[in-house]
Amino acid sequence: MAATSTGIHHRSYTSELRLRATPSEYVRLGLVAAALVLAPFVLDNYWLSIANAILIAVIGAVGLNILVGYTGQISLGQGGFLAVGAYSSAILAERYSVPVPLAIIGAVILTAVIGTFFGLPGLRLKGLYLAIATLASQQIIEFVIRRWAWLTDGKGYINVSRLELFGYRIPRSSFEQKWYWILLVLTVVAVVAARNIFRTGVGRSFMAVRDQDIAAEAIGVNVTRAKLTAFAVSSAFVGLAGALMAHYTETVTWEAFTLNVSITYLAMIIVGGLGSIAGAVFGAVFMSLLPVLIRTLADRAEGSVPFLADQLPAVQNAIFGLVVILFLIIEPRGLNRLWERIKEYVRFWPFRY
Amino acid sequence: MSTFVNLLVYGLADGAILALAALGFVLIYKATAVINFAQGEFLLVGAYAFYTAFGLLGLPFIPAVLVGVLVAIALGVLVERLILRPMIGEQPISIIMVTIGLSMLLRSVVQMFYGVQPKSQPSILPTGSVSLLGATVPVNRLLVIVIAAIVLSAFSVFFNKSRHGIAMRAVADDQQAAMTMGISVSRIFALAWVLAAVSALIGGILLGDITAVDQNLAAFGLMVFPVVILGGLDSVPGTIVGGLTIGLLKQFVSGYLDPGLATVIPYIVLVLILLVRPYGLFGETRIERV
Repeated sequence: MAATSTGIHHRSYTSELRLRATPSEYVRLGLVAAALVLAPFVLDNYWLSIANAILIAVIGAVGLNILVGYTGQISLGQGGFLAVGAYSSAILAERYSVPVPLAIIGAVILTAVIGTFFGLPGLRLKGLYLAIATLASQQIIEFVIRRWAWLTDGKGYINVSRLELFGYRIPRSSFEQKWYWILLVLTVVAVVAARNIFRTGVGRSFMAVRDQDIAAEAIGVNVTRAKLTAFAVSSAFVGLAGALMAHYTETVTWEAFTLNVSITYLAMIIVGGLGSIAGAVFGAVFMSLLPVLIRTLADRAEGSVPFLADQLPAVQNAIFGLVVILFLIIEPRGLNRLWERIKEYVRFWPFRY
Repeated sequence: MSTFVNLLVYGLADGAILALAALGFVLIYKATAVINFAQGEFLLVGAYAFYTAFGLLGLPFIPAVLVGVLVAIALGVLVERLILRPMIGEQPISIIMVTIGLSMLLRSVVQMFYGVQPKSQPSILPTGSVSLLGATVPVNRLLVIVIAAIVLSAFSVFFNKSRHGIAMRAVADDQQAAMTMGISVSRIFALAWVLAAVSALIGGILLGDITAVDQNLAAFGLMVFPVVILGGLDSVPGTIVGGLTIGLLKQFVSGYLDPGLATVIPYIVLVLILLVRPYGLFGETRIERV
């Protein structure tokens, strides 16, 4: 294997199969790992809570990207699947006193099953028809969780008690720090798992279905099975994110799972880059940080521009919409592509290409 | 009986406005193959533009409508030229997402300027009520049905008789063939967006008059999907049948069963239609299957 200014050239199949080929990739990995490990010692509770929300969003976005980016099945039902994960885990843990890890595993399995069921229209529909079908499933799931009183014992919300793992209860004082470690471990496991799915035959069959379903069928990919597996795998990730949301925020209400949530997640993977795990991570971080940064800026500028502070939610949404439009027009392949271009620029320097 | 007549009139009025919103949606889809998630926001922008001219500036009715039409035309042209034209040839997910981004942008910009409070404007249609088959029904709902019927027939005449209407149908049928006949496809694309914005403006003015001018107008946009799937994504008569069916269904379910269920019943219909007959009642059977 040699990394030269003309690109990376592999000399054996094993080197081509490796996740990381060059020393500089290991250096970057080390830097990211160091930053992630140091974060809880540097950040205060406010920023740690944002980091925790980002970690959950990363799991959800990676899950959605498996379905939308890698398999080409457009889904507007992300909010609904998050809700399935959150409600099932909360109900298992609170009402049936199942230990939390088992409740989360149960929620993951249940979400995968329900996701597969709602994936059934995907067997017959493509593109915009599928988008509209998943829009309908989002609305139907939203209606069910709003109106089915059994879910919340008629209260309209579920209170989830403080996380307790193997008899150890997270103390109030270091709540965010402890959760950060839990979420970091789970997110890393989820991202590595997702990355590796696409080095297996199953993962490659997803991509074959996305690129040309008829050709995929012709070379022996079972399209039905590939699509349903994609829905199941993707929903499992999303269910995990939903369950973690339930236990981290300690309340479950239907407002957290509306169509807007589905749209936010779609925006994450589009801004990040469809069909790449790194893109999903970039997108989740970027789209979660964007409203926070706007709020911080608005607080700073409160004296000089009162309009900005008064209309903060509208300004946040407007910038959100604008960012999505601009990315799609200027860089449809997202932040991931920008990052690759920067890397190429550095590698080829001082030549242009 | 009187409840029935009341629900019938309310349902037809809702359905007529839905048909107007869906008409714009179908026009865009037919001519440019774009799924427009911002159709509800077109309604919203139209209603607020008219409110600004009529309610705030106090212009007489006709000039106020003209202001609304100008805003709608500008909106249609700008959206087509700046946002959708660079997206030609992109995959469906990108095009869906760009219109979702547009819908969020339009809604927030309206919210920034006008706030979230419902606005009241002098009513345009007479507000009295008449008795009809033993029920008391508001006159303005009846007039909404009549006006929508006139507008929809005007649009049908436009498509069937006028030069531009025939050009639009030609482009919808086959873009390359239309180009060889000397039709400017990009002009037709712009025209489709403009007409969609204008039909949404009419819908928005009517809806704003019988309810109130507020952010909820945009929620009508999502209801367009059940309508167009039922009627067929590329069928203009389908929007009328679909709009009226969904409008009636919502009102009857809300009146006889449960108002909460009424918000979701159109989507249940949508799923059933997609499973049984995905191209809708009148759509062309050109759907891609796997």
